[in-house]
Amino acid sequence: MDKDKRIRIIIGHYGSGKTEFSVNYAVKLSQMGKKVALADLDVVNLYFRSREKAEILEDMGIKVIGGAIKGSGMDLPAISGEVLTPLQDKSYQAILDVGGNPQGARTLGRYHSYFKDGEYDMFFVLNANRPETQTVDQVEEYIVKIQDVARAKVTGIINNTHLLKSTSAEDVMRGYNLAKEVSTRTGLPIKYNVCLETLVDELPEELGDNVFPIKLYMREEWML
Amino acid sequence: MTKVLMKGNEAVGAAAIAAGCHYFFGYPITPQSEVPEYMSRELPKVGGAYVQAESEVAAINMVYGAAGSGARVMTSSSSPGIALKQEGISYCAGAELPCVIVDMMRGGPGLGTIQPAQGDYFLATRGGGNGDYRLIVLAPADVQELVDLVMEGFDLADLYRTPVMILGDGMIGQMMEPVEFRYQPRTDLPDKDWATRGKGKGKQRNVINSLYLQAEELEKHNHKLQAKYAKIRENEKKVEEYNVEGADLVITAYGTTSRIAKTAITKLEKEGYKVGMIRPISLYPFPNEAFEKIGENCKGVLTVEMSTGQMIDDVKISLQGRIPTYFHGRSGGMVPEPEEIVEKVKEILGGDR
Repeated sequence: MDKDKRIRIIIGHYGSGKTEFSVNYAVKLSQMGKKVALADLDVVNLYFRSREKAEILEDMGIKVIGGAIKGSGMDLPAISGEVLTPLQDKSYQAILDVGGNPQGARTLGRYHSYFKDGEYDMFFVLNANRPETQTVDQVEEYIVKIQDVARAKVTGIINNTHLLKSTSAEDVMRGYNLAKEVSTRTGLPIKYNVCLETLVDELPEELGDNVFPIKLYMREEWML
Repeated sequence: MTKVLMKGNEAVGAAAIAAGCHYFFGYPITPQSEVPEYMSRELPKVGGAYVQAESEVAAINMVYGAAGSGARVMTSSSSPGIALKQEGISYCAGAELPCVIVDMMRGGPGLGTIQPAQGDYFLATRGGGNGDYRLIVLAPADVQELVDLVMEGFDLADLYRTPVMILGDGMIGQMMEPVEFRYQPRTDLPDKDWATRGKGKGKQRNVINSLYLQAEELEKHNHKLQAKYAKIRENEKKVEEYNVEGADLVITAYGTTSRIAKTAITKLEKEGYKVGMIRPISLYPFPNEAFEKIGENCKGVLTVEMSTGQMIDDVKISLQGRIPTYFHGRSGGMVPEPEEIVEKVKEILGGDR
């Protein structure tokens, strides 16, 4: 993870699991002793946004940047000007948790001047269990469309294929196989294979050290 | 079929299309806007039509027109938008038009908030519109059940020639869960020989109308509607029961709240409490028999809602004063925690186990 570029942009299809990945990524970086800022740029979703977990993340020493106007019921595309802090202040490890689909990626346009080649990573989160991202063609179309709107290039694929708490090792492997095909087609590397902590031992060795175990911070105990 | 991961609102759209609904008229409002978004993208692919109406009032009247021509048709909204649709819903009920109306409830009254709530129980089950009518009201507790009830809702609407409301909340609409689509249409659906689709030269035309110029005729029509509702009460009650027999206390809740209550019950069982649960799935017709079966030794029935107390009225009517009733509610978009329910149960039953 410390080999990833200082600015990490997390994009993907709507509902692919970008926020859960971003939150886990921020926690892991923070546990490595880094100074981390997580910017929630989601103007598409109004529920299940990373800013809802600001309190527990801030307790871990992570700076969380959400809307410019506070309020859990805020239905405005108002992003805080503070997003510029971790982009400009190089002492920060920055994670930008972006809204889903090309529509969600539109917020990135404003930060275009900070996305210089070789100075950022943009990870495409792939969930092969979402109906719209089940084939190589579909995934490639999303990558191209989001890149166009974001005016930045995807630099890696995150296989985040899951069915929430009922995810099996087969789900992860099906996603891995799709990610491999996408990788062959596009030349993009598979950066991480995300799985529940409890599944790590069930995954084959072929995934190597790319396995990225996560906790489900965004799901309440009564949720599936 | 393998499971896919879908957001509740998208799953509503996919379920409707799978059930043969090719027409959707609506207007965006958080937290259900993904329904019209999904329909606008997917309906053209199946040769259907999506219209974003100029308002909710227009949308429900477009539903009236499409349903009158015999098509399967849906609209969806969230609380304030559903309030606007009431006039048209009453017209649909009066003209006996089958349609499915989805309400992903949010906090109220008024514009309220975009967060989840269950404050539309009265609106849905008592009729928010004018006149003596009822809707079939179905309340899913998870995204799979949402899919199943949307599909079944279209069948029930056609079977009884009546509007069906799917009463979810923002949480169900916004939540992602694994789903599969297994629609088996009923085989006993009547032909829509009443629809205005053209009958040929010389034949008596069909008329879709809710206006009556003779009081006697309207009263007769009301009796016909009431007979239909009686049949619905006889045949279409749906309920999930859990350990009701011998329970010291029964919790009753519907939709999202029932899942939180279930988690609370699991915690209470570990501490030795005998707590049962009644989860109404059909809110109209209300499954009153499930409450009539509760034994005399039960110390209370606790209703939990994301409102200040609406379904509890039906619980009291069903219990007819036999057993004490208690209430725990959150409102304004606040979602209860399992711990709150655990505490409330302990307060009622006493701490010693």
